[in-house]
Amino acid sequence: MPLDLAPRLDDPDGLFAALVAAHEGLDPPASRRLDAQLVLLLANHIGDTEVVLDAIRVARSTDGGDAP
Amino acid sequence: MPHVPPRYEYRRPPELDGGPGHHPMVVVGGGLVGLTLALDLARRGVGVVLLDDDDSVSTGSRAICFAKRTLEILGRLGLGERALAKGVTWNTGRVFFRERELFGFDLLPERGHEYPAFVNLQQYYVEEWLVEACRATGRVDLRWRNAVVAVERHPDFAAVEVDTPDGRYRLTTDWLLACDGARSTVRKLMDLPFTGRVFRDRFLIADVVMAAEFSTERWFWFDPPFHRDQSALLHKQPDGVWRIDLQLGWDADPEEEKRPERVIPRVQAMLGPDVAFELEWVSVYTFRCRRLERFVHGRVVFVGDSAHQVSPFGARGGNGGVQDAENLGWKIAAVVQGQAPESLVDTYDDERIPAADENVLHSTRATDFITPKTEAARAYRDAVLTLAGRHEFARPLVNSGRLSQPYVATASPLNASGDIWPGIVPGAPAVDAPVLWNGRPDWLLRHIGSGFTLLVFGGDTIPVPGVEIVRIAPDALHDAEGLAARRYGAPPGGCVLLRPDGHVTALFRRFDAERVRAAMAHALGQPAHTPVTRASARVA
Repeated sequence: MPLDLAPRLDDPDGLFAALVAAHEGLDPPASRRLDAQLVLLLANHIGDTEVVLDAIRVARSTDGGDAP
Repeated sequence: MPHVPPRYEYRRPPELDGGPGHHPMVVVGGGLVGLTLALDLARRGVGVVLLDDDDSVSTGSRAICFAKRTLEILGRLGLGERALAKGVTWNTGRVFFRERELFGFDLLPERGHEYPAFVNLQQYYVEEWLVEACRATGRVDLRWRNAVVAVERHPDFAAVEVDTPDGRYRLTTDWLLACDGARSTVRKLMDLPFTGRVFRDRFLIADVVMAAEFSTERWFWFDPPFHRDQSALLHKQPDGVWRIDLQLGWDADPEEEKRPERVIPRVQAMLGPDVAFELEWVSVYTFRCRRLERFVHGRVVFVGDSAHQVSPFGARGGNGGVQDAENLGWKIAAVVQGQAPESLVDTYDDERIPAADENVLHSTRATDFITPKTEAARAYRDAVLTLAGRHEFARPLVNSGRLSQPYVATASPLNASGDIWPGIVPGAPAVDAPVLWNGRPDWLLRHIGSGFTLLVFGGDTIPVPGVEIVRIAPDALHDAEGLAARRYGAPPGGCVLLRPDGHVTALFRRFDAERVRAAMAHALGQPAHTPVTRASARVA
């Protein structure tokens, strides 16, 4: 199954607020650890290494907003 | 040419010479919300005394984005066409990040509505028209330079003391409606807590006059090259006036930033070196989102910014306030005219506190997105913006302001237990649709009066006292395109009962006079199975 890049979130603003709130009170190293745990949890939920590898490729190639 | 504000004449109030000291209805504050409420009450036959500490309209353009629902309310009050004619209509916008455009959006993708998603219009124009319209009713006693300095609360009335150029007087009123803005004097005099969040950021808001032809779209920039690490907004108003918002950061000195020597270079950098412009109005704001715990305090009711304050991203201040006024006007009129028990006014809290919370939530989230307050928040924000340029999935996460939508009071105690069907829910505002009237193009909402209205999608009816029946049929309002039936999801013969504020309160699969009558009584807050006549007879 390819990485789905169409909008799928039922409550985008709520999700964004929850992600930001999860980091409240954490110093930068603790924030990094939290994000790493989140990625691993979600990767396991997806359960498909190819999809996660696709996501890594997209994230690595989308840089700075002014990529072609 | 800069706008010249009107000066309204102060007149010596009769109370200073021993005149009438009691009035059924007193509105405090002659701004957008107070004037809308006074006009609505006057048109419902209720006389109003309006007290305002100033003698003019708003300084600066202030609330500029009038949302579709607000325009529909102005339409009902007779000012809709004027707003459309003068205002700048817009439905679309664009979002930029650093050097590039991320995406465009359309807030009203479907056709067939009299009013667009938004009209941009300086608040002072709408206030001037509302003053004229209030005067034309002959029922609004507009008292300029009348400043409330004391408030007394009693179980069945309120009293205020008022300062005027000729001295102080006292008046009593059955209802005191505080529409006196975010810095409400009435709220302070009653010592009511107004709690919420302050955002540690400052924004420069400027109106500039220029001949350059930028788009009428809403353009929003995150971290643009002309204003690094901050956000910017450009929006067109009538008269060649443009609204510019520039984020300044918490460390900016508000007084310093208001000086033209500071403002002009910032604006020039944004518009480009060749654009000539003049500053019309400049202000520096810190945004707050907060509200009163309750809006109804016995016979004192808070309406608009006096009850709740939001940041401007999303245009939810003025629009929310006008929609408050719309919610309260018919209820309080029904109470003073003896058609409803006083408890109907309490449902203003039931319906408008959740509406305020929705506005505060959207406004808070937008401000948090624009002003990330932690390193992690900024990383997520910038990740969303980076991805949004190339991947559609990230665009719904970009929040440059969730623009005002009317609140849908699905949990209102006034919604009757009628039928339900997909398409529209009780508590939602009535939806517009194109219709033919005597063969000519017209709009459905223009046919909804100021009382209870039953939309009947075909089939026979009999009169129901107190309800205006609007038939949607080829020989009446002809739904030629079928959009009315589709937008209301109405089955053939279905009926939609609208309240006097044009909100759906009950649906019926087919006409039944008794059920309609009961739903109307319920929406007026009348207790079930105890008709007023029987109760009166027992007392007699």
